[in-house]
Amino acid sequence: MLAFLIKRIGSAILVMLAVAFLAFLIFAVAGDPVEMMVNEQATQADRDALRERLGLDQPFLVQYFTFVINAAQGEFGISYQTQRDVMSLIASRLPATLELVFIASMLSLIVGIPLGVITAIHRGKWFSEGLQFLSIFGVSLPSFVIAILLILVFSVWLGWAPGFGRGETVALGWWTTGLLTPSGRNAIILPAIALALYEITLVMRIVRAEMLEVLRSDFVKFARARGVPRRIIHYRHALRNCLMPVATLTAMNFGTLIAFALVTETVFQWPGMGLLFIQAVLNLDFPIMAAYLVIISAIFVTLNTLVDIIYAVIDPRLRQEKV
Amino acid sequence: MPDTAPAEAVATASPTAEPVLSVRNLSVSFPGRRGVLKALDDISFDLAPGEILGMVGESGAGKSMTGLAVQRLLEPPGHISGGEVHLLGARIDQLPESQMERLRGKQIGAIFQDPLTSLNPLFTVGHQIAETIRVHLGASRREAMDQARDLLRRVGIPSPDERVNHYPHQFSGGMRQRVVIALALAAQPRLIIADEPTTALDVSIQAQIMSLLRRLCDETGVAMLLVTHDMGVIAQTADRIAVMYAGRLIELAPVQEVLRQPRHPYTRGLIGAIPALRKRVPRLTQIDGSMPRLDAIPPGCAFNPRCPDAGPRCRVDRPELTATPTGIVACWMNAGGVT
Repeated sequence: MLAFLIKRIGSAILVMLAVAFLAFLIFAVAGDPVEMMVNEQATQADRDALRERLGLDQPFLVQYFTFVINAAQGEFGISYQTQRDVMSLIASRLPATLELVFIASMLSLIVGIPLGVITAIHRGKWFSEGLQFLSIFGVSLPSFVIAILLILVFSVWLGWAPGFGRGETVALGWWTTGLLTPSGRNAIILPAIALALYEITLVMRIVRAEMLEVLRSDFVKFARARGVPRRIIHYRHALRNCLMPVATLTAMNFGTLIAFALVTETVFQWPGMGLLFIQAVLNLDFPIMAAYLVIISAIFVTLNTLVDIIYAVIDPRLRQEKV
Repeated sequence: MPDTAPAEAVATASPTAEPVLSVRNLSVSFPGRRGVLKALDDISFDLAPGEILGMVGESGAGKSMTGLAVQRLLEPPGHISGGEVHLLGARIDQLPESQMERLRGKQIGAIFQDPLTSLNPLFTVGHQIAETIRVHLGASRREAMDQARDLLRRVGIPSPDERVNHYPHQFSGGMRQRVVIALALAAQPRLIIADEPTTALDVSIQAQIMSLLRRLCDETGVAMLLVTHDMGVIAQTADRIAVMYAGRLIELAPVQEVLRQPRHPYTRGLIGAIPALRKRVPRLTQIDGSMPRLDAIPPGCAFNPRCPDAGPRCRVDRPELTATPTGIVACWMNAGGVT
């Protein structure tokens, strides 16, 4: 088990180093940041001073290692645009994104699981096949199209929920939450639906497939033979046996959702990390872009590694094979 | 209209007056692309309280199908296409599914072949037994768990107070089948349908499970339809034997009579194929050929291509069940000769 842990964590670190290298390359290929930061009247001495202050006079590899060591400590430098500390900028945006992703994940489970069960139980009936067909749209429609449609229908036409912003927020220490105010709760509805739609269809499809498998099993037939009502067979006996892969999917996709949130946040002007990143791209604010890349990857890699380790804890056979 | 003669013959072969289960001219059909397959063809038998009726035959002969048809658990498109099933005098083959659901487990207990897969791996055995009790008897959670402990004790599981909270994978195969039997008994059914209850078990465990079933039938008066391909199991446990071939019932008589004097050539073949322990037989007899597929049953007696005694009549006319001194048999040798 120890060897397995070392191996998994080691490979996670390797992945992070590679990502950090890519993030760092942004600085190298994107032109001279000094030229972008100084104004046109700056002298050569001013430029050299700034270059030295930013450490840009160092050799490439030294700069990379400095970047990695700083990044590991949460130091991503100063935003070109706002001249503020990048890490605190991102930290101020993190709660908005995490809340959005969390609500979207919950939504995908709350809606996706029953839909999966229903389409499995009523396989072949028109509404079941219809849902199955509709789910293809959920998987294939780009999320910004869905977001724009949602805004058009529910915000512009019907006026049920706001189409942009986060509403009022309440500060709990460094964490700001919109979930405690009515306007904040209203504001999260549409972006959460837009973000969750893809995930809902994924959950629905995986639950459906697992249910069809489980419903053929002997213990389901035996439960019928001992007179357990269908409802209990479906929602207790069968569904519970389907939840393992759903839990895995949800955990693994949490990172994907954070990445997807970038598009949703942009369309809804949701003040999360994704919007920060898009604004940074538009303003060529490289430190923010690099920090975003590294942080998102870190979340991804951490989740994947955790899922792998949990699996190994649950199933001893996995431990054996992977070591 | 089906001939009523075989049904009467069955009634005379049945030992007591008020049967728990009474099956009359039961047929099961599977509509398919190439026509309708008749998986069960005109089956009739009775089952008295406390009686064990052993049902034997090769794979596909319709043994399990009979049990499933009685429980109404046939996989679609299979369905009962004729005949009647009576449980405790009430007709059940036409009941709506909602009422049938209430009978399953309550009046008709079930034991499946593989105890490994019959239990839900995610719930404790106590939970599953208590669930059955609560569904059918409406007991409280606590009462149901108490009864679950009693049931585990009755089926011979040591330290049931502890075991009731264990998960299926924590039991051995034989112990797990005891749990399945406890589940079948949970709501005090009048009939148990046991489909190959010992096939998945070690031989040494088989005898224990069979004597447990025998004891439970004697104690509680529950009737049992014991479906198996194992003549040895039936000889040891059952009161009467029903022999199935190609979806048809071909012989039905008390076990001792059948073992002593099998009347149908197929039954004779089956018994000849049991290895005897005390006698050293140079070679076990075997029945040549194999059972016909359901879409290729020959005219006349279904067994005629494999029958050593077949005559011209067997290839043309299908023999009906006729009474013997002890039971019934569907063979021309018992009804006026094969020529």
